[in-house]
Amino acid sequence: MTETFYDVMRRQGITRRSFLKFCSLTAAAMGLSPAYAAKIADAMENKPRIPVLWLHGLECTCCSESFIRSAHPLAKDVILSMISLDYDDTIMAAAGEQAEAIVDEVIEKHKGNYILACEGNPGLDEGATGGMSCIIAGKPYTEQLRRAAKDAMAIISWGSCASWGCVQAAKPNPTGATPIHKVPDIGNAPIIKVPGCPPIAEVMTAVITYMLTFERLPSLDRQGRPKMFYSQRIHDKCYRRPHFDAGQFVEKWDDESARKGYCLYKMGCKGPTTYNACSTIRWNGGLSFPIQAGHPCIGCSEDGFWDKGSFYDRLTTIKQFGIEANADDIGIGAATVVGGAVAAHAAISALKRTQSKGDQE
Amino acid sequence: MATVTTKPHAEPAVYVYEAPVRIWHWVNALSITLLAVTGYFIGSPLPTMPGEASDHFVMGYIRFVHFAAGYVLAIGFAGRFYWALVGNSHAREIFFHNILRKSYWSGLWHEIKWYLFLEKEPKAYTGHNPLAIFFMHWMFVWAVTFMIFTGFALYGEGAGYDSWQYTLFSSWIIPLMGQSQDVHTWHHLVMWVIVVFVIIHVYVAVREDIMSRQSIISSMISGWRSFKDARPPEDKDVN
Ligand code: HEM
Ligand code: HEM
Ligand code: SF4
Ligand code: SF4
Repeated sequence: MTETFYDVMRRQGITRRSFLKFCSLTAAAMGLSPAYAAKIADAMENKPRIPVLWLHGLECTCCSESFIRSAHPLAKDVILSMISLDYDDTIMAAAGEQAEAIVDEVIEKHKGNYILACEGNPGLDEGATGGMSCIIAGKPYTEQLRRAAKDAMAIISWGSCASWGCVQAAKPNPTGATPIHKVPDIGNAPIIKVPGCPPIAEVMTAVITYMLTFERLPSLDRQGRPKMFYSQRIHDKCYRRPHFDAGQFVEKWDDESARKGYCLYKMGCKGPTTYNACSTIRWNGGLSFPIQAGHPCIGCSEDGFWDKGSFYDRLTTIKQFGIEANADDIGIGAATVVGGAVAAHAAISALKRTQSKGDQE
Repeated sequence: MATVTTKPHAEPAVYVYEAPVRIWHWVNALSITLLAVTGYFIGSPLPTMPGEASDHFVMGYIRFVHFAAGYVLAIGFAGRFYWALVGNSHAREIFFHNILRKSYWSGLWHEIKWYLFLEKEPKAYTGHNPLAIFFMHWMFVWAVTFMIFTGFALYGEGAGYDSWQYTLFSSWIIPLMGQSQDVHTWHHLVMWVIVVFVIIHVYVAVREDIMSRQSIISSMISGWRSFKDARPPEDKDVN
């Protein structure tokens, strides 16, 4: 008989009471009605456990760090016990050959039935390092990734690295770091992006629980992000928003406005352009989030946030013009040049006109 | 009784700009002015307001004016496009013109030389001259279309996932440009394209009014084009 999630949890020493608590917490985190707690419990008791392979490419491990700090220790224990059983090279017990053998085993035994969770991304051959910047068990990571991706039921792109590329893909991207969905020959498994640097722990656990229990992807937006966590901007739910609407801004660090907790828009806050759940779920067990701590959002869950100039400028730096400038610098420059040309043209026109008038007389 | 001598003049004035075009022109000019000013202050807000947040709504009002003017611009532009289809031939010029016609390019070249002071005299036109058509098509029609599309894409973000603005605009424009911040940057940059157009446009309108061979500013008020000399305009038989 195949193991169910519930079997695994019980074996890990989790009581039935804790298990039911976990089910209701998860239903709440996903915004489902309380009735769903029973559904989740039912699924976990009866469905065979879905194996998870958690691969690491070029990354900083902040996703794992976030994940194991999930607000509710319960959720973390449960999920970790479910997935660490298979493969996650940073937190599993096995090492070396023994560990690598697990990857092959899972792929073979559960063809088309396991979830591939990717933390980080591969450096492709096209990069200056020729794909050699990330070697796992003596082979380029790209190979392991492609092999595991081919037979996966679904792929989760953890964090901004796997979703968008993140800092290792910053210009000029020497390692050819490439987000998972853009890796050639990655196969046809559906890819679900959970961006953020790192993503919020509760978001990660909820996404993975949803997939494990319902055996389908949560509904995604056009860019492949779960709608339940990425359909609103930080700005839409920011508690400083009334100060934004009132026109009350922090003008510089440590001014009176900063002490009063005004809006950080002028300090470069990217809340208005960033889709994430920080202003609702917050961090560290709902304790706080960057804006609450007085720092503008840097837009860490958005594509290309690392290549858009200073985190502390509201208007993006445009580098195509040689010198660093923003849209206003360029526009005012152009308007000044054109304005000057118009004035000169008007002067010459006037001169010509008086001349030709003189000719006629 | 003294006889009045009038200068030799062409056929009577021609009705060029129908009422919808004229009304649209001035509504459009006003809304673009409001959009540029409020847009600038959305990007670089005014100095901070003192006191309680509940006492003020400065950004709120600025954004409201921007969005209201945005709707006026967009609806006006859609109406203007409709008029290009049903109105007189001059209403079509800035949207559709035959770029394969040789006279368009020779006229354009002549007009450029006139602006470089290399031609003594401009040609007269009933409608727009080819250089005006060129700029109005490329720097105005396309820039405004771009602003409407990107503007509604940004608007859809605030209106939310299930809004029609989001479905029709944000859902594909934001990923196409990269992310929301890129849409802001492009929306902001193209504002300056339009500002540069307006600087040139207003200067040229005033200059042509004085120096060209036909009426200009009064034409956009009354709709009638009159000519200052007897020679026939270039586009007499073209339209
Ligand atoms: C010629 C027309 C327009 C001009 C010159 C203009 C200009 C601007 C500028 C400069 C910004 C600030 C961008 C930034 O964040 O750096 C802006 C923002 C915006 N514009 Fe426009 N705009 C125009 C048309 C429109 C239209 C038609 C709409 C649609 C209703 C629109 C909606 C918006 C929205 C929603 C924002 C973002 C506001 C925010 O972030 O709070 N704009 N516009
Ligand atoms: C004080 C400001 C303005 C003045 C005096 C002015 C004057 C004129 C005049 C005289 C014409 C007719 C040109 C001709 O007879 O061939 C015209 C056409 C036009 N103007 Fe303006 N204008 C002003 C502002 C603007 C602004 C702000 C815009 C938009 C950015 C604009 C866009 C246009 C367009 C698109 C046409 C072509 C009309 C058509 O064929 O439908 N104008 N303007
Ligand atoms: S602090 Fe940032 S997210 Fe919050 S209201 Fe201001 S701009 Fe928006
Ligand atoms: S507030 Fe912004 S920068 Fe900070 S974690 Fe959330 S999305 Fe990332």
